[in-house]
Amino acid sequence: MRFHLTSEQIAIQDAVRGTLRECWGMEQLHALAESDADFDPACWAALMALGVGGLALPEADGGAGLGLLEAALVCEIAGEAAAPGPLIGQILAAIAVSASGNAQTRALLPAIAAGERIVALALDHDLVPCARAADLFLTDDDAGGLRLVEAGEGVGIEPQRSTDRSRPVSRVQFRTAGAHPLFAAGDPMVQRLRDAALVLIAADALGGAQHCTDLSVDYAKTREQFGQPIGRFQGLKHQLAHMTLDVEPARALLWYAAYAWDAGLPDASHAAAVAKAHLCDVYTRSARAAVAAHGGIGYTWEYGLNYWFRRALHDGAWLGSPPLHRARAAELAGW
Amino acid sequence: MDLSYGETAETFRKEVRGFLGREWQPAGRRGAELKEFVRAFRRLAVEQGYLYRSVPRIYGGSEQPVDVIRAQVIREEFGRARAPMEVGGNGVNMTVPTLLERGTEEQRELFIRKTIEGDYIWGQGYSEPGSGSDLASVRTRAELSPDGSRWIINGQKIWTSMGMQATHMFMLVRTEPDAPKHEGITYLLLDLDQSGITRRPIRQMTGEEGAHTFCEFYFDNAETPVGWQVGERGQGWFVSRTTLKHERASIGSADGLGRQFGKLVDLARETGRLADPVVRDRLAQIEGRVLSHRYSSFRLFSCAAAGDDAGPIQLMMKLLLTEIGHDIALLAQDLIGDAAMTEPRGAGTGAGRGPNKWLDQIMGSLGNSIAGGASNIQRNIIGERGLGLPRDLAMAGER
Repeated sequence: MRFHLTSEQIAIQDAVRGTLRECWGMEQLHALAESDADFDPACWAALMALGVGGLALPEADGGAGLGLLEAALVCEIAGEAAAPGPLIGQILAAIAVSASGNAQTRALLPAIAAGERIVALALDHDLVPCARAADLFLTDDDAGGLRLVEAGEGVGIEPQRSTDRSRPVSRVQFRTAGAHPLFAAGDPMVQRLRDAALVLIAADALGGAQHCTDLSVDYAKTREQFGQPIGRFQGLKHQLAHMTLDVEPARALLWYAAYAWDAGLPDASHAAAVAKAHLCDVYTRSARAAVAAHGGIGYTWEYGLNYWFRRALHDGAWLGSPPLHRARAAELAGW
Repeated sequence: MDLSYGETAETFRKEVRGFLGREWQPAGRRGAELKEFVRAFRRLAVEQGYLYRSVPRIYGGSEQPVDVIRAQVIREEFGRARAPMEVGGNGVNMTVPTLLERGTEEQRELFIRKTIEGDYIWGQGYSEPGSGSDLASVRTRAELSPDGSRWIINGQKIWTSMGMQATHMFMLVRTEPDAPKHEGITYLLLDLDQSGITRRPIRQMTGEEGAHTFCEFYFDNAETPVGWQVGERGQGWFVSRTTLKHERASIGSADGLGRQFGKLVDLARETGRLADPVVRDRLAQIEGRVLSHRYSSFRLFSCAAAGDDAGPIQLMMKLLLTEIGHDIALLAQDLIGDAAMTEPRGAGTGAGRGPNKWLDQIMGSLGNSIAGGASNIQRNIIGERGLGLPRDLAMAGER
């Protein structure tokens, strides 16, 4: 029986957090938001140097032999920092290629695991984060199977004015592009990878929601009005208590979804759907509450809280809104 | 992560199952015979080391090393067999741990065995009409008799659950009226069978009255021996705090919540509303919270088993459970429709109960916001102890 993080798992999170602190602060976020880029090569290189791209791969494939749980723990920290880059696409692509039986596709694995060939996630939407930086796209085919599409002339990319400034999206069209087959429609791996994607988005949402809460709590401890820290006032104290009461219990919901996926439990799809819906709602509520808890400063561009608020909007819509996944969860529960 | 309990626990589970199969044979027994059978069964279970594990053998417990996984296996197997566990209540949950930690040898010998065998039933004498969340302001006073052998108690206590059945009370009384409020309180034990005490049940909003509701007590020169004082005179506040620390890691409340949620889904099905997309969405929203609570209780349990600190989540479980109860109540109210207009017969009366039996949960969920620490006090605790926010100036001296 073990249902809390090990010191090794905490060390992974600390390493990712430490790396992001060095390369990804408010200055870099503002700079990316004001540029027309959709990617930050230095931050990406620093993350990939930690080996997070191949974290969930078996050791035989050059990975760390860990699971989706550890991948989710990494995505949580990326969400906390509003880190740039298609981290979720990269991790999923590594898992997909490693599980593929196609030798030609498998030849891509070392470069994907190392983050040298960048993979953007292009499922369900034609809006794709970090598409211009991508060498490959993890996407579906017309029949509902999964494939990796090479970037190039056969892929149309139209940059968009993006809500999420940390992971700007482009409208992507796959025309006659070359593709590496992964899994045919009906292969159980298709649903499994979709479930994994939901878990990783939920992890990003958890990290973002926690960050919104932490920022608000820190602000309440230092900001003074009426000659005392505003966090002493019960009205605000209860709002902050409510925020953490929303976020902290949801952590275990995410852990369970990742654990169920790793262990191949029968309720893994259900757990992923519930986690995606619940965590994305928590993120939205937390980001809204954080702006309210800060007052005027929270509503400014300069303070930067808006980047997390915007990322909450993106995560909520990405691969389906919370009500859509609740409807799926209801179906999967046999209601 | 791994949710299995491991091989040692599963071997132990077989042992517990074997014991229950042999010894728990209640069929055909009724009334006094059943009561005697239960008492004898509990004694056997204590001998096996299954009940009262933290209580020393000399006081009637089974004195087992702390092992939350074994304790959980015992709860699961007894629950499955519908076998009686510890007698529960304030006595087992509060009086016994307090006496083990702070009581005198004489007090332990007098009270612990009788309490765990169910002979003594304890009421809590904490709240007063003027002392709710501000508990340290209690005004019920106790003065020493002229010969110094007894405390003489005058005042009023309120909201005592099981008060009509209680044989004894543990209470906070003011003994040093001139001391700062936290330092003028003494913790006393009291025999309720005496002439200076009047008790009366308080009718609840559910309409329930009589034996099962809370009570108020009036003390008019009630007496208790000085030897029944727990801890030093004036230190009662701190004695009462040690009692509140004795919370147990268990998945029990999550199982209960899961069953309640299952019944809510059944209600939606029975009322023909389960296909309604609005109802499905609301159910799935609640399920997100129910499962968050469930897996957080696994997390707490896992931390307890490993001896790790779980952090602020342990401060949140009560409020979380309360709030989910409100969510369930609100959806149940919409689902039962017209049935909300008639009150159900009391539970256990044998009378037929329709969908309006949900009124018990709908009203009861409000009680959870108050009992055992009101929700706003829970929010203060989460904010101050969990998030490290500065204490309210008016409460800065509280602990």
